[in-house]
Amino acid sequence: MRFHPITLTVNGEERRARVKSNTLLAELLREEFRLTGTHVGCDTTQCGCCTVHVDGEAVKSCTMLAVQAAGRQVTTIEGLAAPDGTLHPVQQAMKDCHGLQCGFCTPGVVMMLADFLGRHPGADEGQIRHALEGNLCRCTGYQHIVDAALRVVAAGAAKGGGHV
Amino acid sequence: MYDFTYLRPRTVAEAVEALRTGFDPKLMAGGMTLLPTMKARLASPATLIDLADIGELRGISVRDNRLEIGAMTRHYDVASDGTVRARIPALADLAGGIADRQVRYRGTMGGSLSNSDPSADYPAAALALDARMITSQKTEAAGDFLLGTFATSLEEDEVLCRISFAIPEAAAYEKIPNPASGYAMTGVFVARLAEGHRVGVTGAASEFFRHRDLETALDGGADHAAALDVPAPDREYLADMHGDARYRRNLVRVAAARAIQKMQS
Ligand SMILES: Cc1cc2nc3c(=O)[nH]c(=O)nc-3n(C[C@H](O)[C@H](O)[C@H](O)COP(=O)(O)OP(=O)(O)OC[C@H]3O[C@@H](n4cnc5c(N)ncnc54)[C@H](O)[C@@H]3O)c2cc1C
Ligand code: FES
Ligand code: FES
Repeated sequence: MRFHPITLTVNGEERRARVKSNTLLAELLREEFRLTGTHVGCDTTQCGCCTVHVDGEAVKSCTMLAVQAAGRQVTTIEGLAAPDGTLHPVQQAMKDCHGLQCGFCTPGVVMMLADFLGRHPGADEGQIRHALEGNLCRCTGYQHIVDAALRVVAAGAAKGGGHV
Repeated sequence: MYDFTYLRPRTVAEAVEALRTGFDPKLMAGGMTLLPTMKARLASPATLIDLADIGELRGISVRDNRLEIGAMTRHYDVASDGTVRARIPALADLAGGIADRQVRYRGTMGGSLSNSDPSADYPAAALALDARMITSQKTEAAGDFLLGTFATSLEEDEVLCRISFAIPEAAAYEKIPNPASGYAMTGVFVARLAEGHRVGVTGAASEFFRHRDLETALDGGADHAAALDVPAPDREYLADMHGDARYRRNLVRVAAARAIQKMQS
């Protein structure tokens, strides 16, 4: 067994861990840091339930080694709301538009949309549906998730810029 | 996933050395194909060599009317980079249609071409844009590098470093994706280069190929409607539960016509 001492920032806090080379980022977050909002739905890089931000980019944490996150900034669903508890605009819109039913896919959907809408604050429905390609939801049929994203766009609530 | 030794070399030379001396080694780029394969225990390298820290494998530059892209350039970067968008917008569009947003943030051009999945998107562009594959050992035309289903000319101690594409006068890519996986059932990349048209096809057959009859027709002035009359060449087309060989062969004709319409509009 090979262990790697790593330091990374998780939700703004510096964390240290000794991880095995084959520990996945999702496992480190859930089992070691107990941040169980990051879900593992498929473990085959398809469902997107495990989506977190690494250096501000939405990635599937079931398909990244924990050692690959050394030195990086990781944000999970637990770190998205403001410290005073004010929900992120995507979280608020998902709540307002009934963008979730069982909620299993929701952390991943929210993290993906927070990244996407931050870079495309004026996205249209087609672009939103394209962005949702890597997030599977078995409950909603996606319509209310798309509604939530469009509400964030309409409110001009998404920050940031970018191209794709 | 089985246990392995994890290495992070800083130069290509170090990576080559690790390939030569490491026990049962494997390179990792974005890990978007390799890690799922390892999790399924279809691959179990004893030494994993992560290319993430090698600066010389990154970067996008223009040289002699060619666009040179580092192997570790992510699909996301190709899709959003200003130089790629300005010089070969069709390549940026192709990259923006690979997999999904999360995978595009990690998957790389070099990883995709080294993997040589018969349904991958980049091979069609590499054939149509007369790509040269620059490795730690040689520079080779894409057609000689890509040897078929999951096969390339890479030696065991060789690293793909950069890919150089001819900048076309016009180009377009059309993918007919598998509705579940998003991989290409068929993808056709058409390009008009100074020396003539080139057409690269992925997904349809067990090998990527150039559609030479269509290239000739386009050089003769064919438009997208006329292109529909050019049958896809006789080859071994893939047949599976998603579509039989006749269907896939027809998709080549359909995707090509759509790509030509995009290119000519
Ligand atoms: C859900 C999902 C959907 C996808 N959909 C598509 C799709 O629609 N179209 C498509 O084209 N692809 C698709 N892919 C594959 C994706 O594009 C991968 O990113 C790509 O195939 C591999 O790139 P990578 O950087 O992740 O390479 P890795 O997985 O790290 O490596 C792949 C292989 O290449 C070797 N390798 C990597 N870099 C080098 C190098 N520089 N020199 C020599 N060998 C090297 C590795 O040893 C390994 O064998 C999808 C993947 C997923 C998970
Ligand atoms: S658990 Fe990571 S993509 Fe499904
Ligand atoms: S709300 Fe149940 S899977 Fe999406």
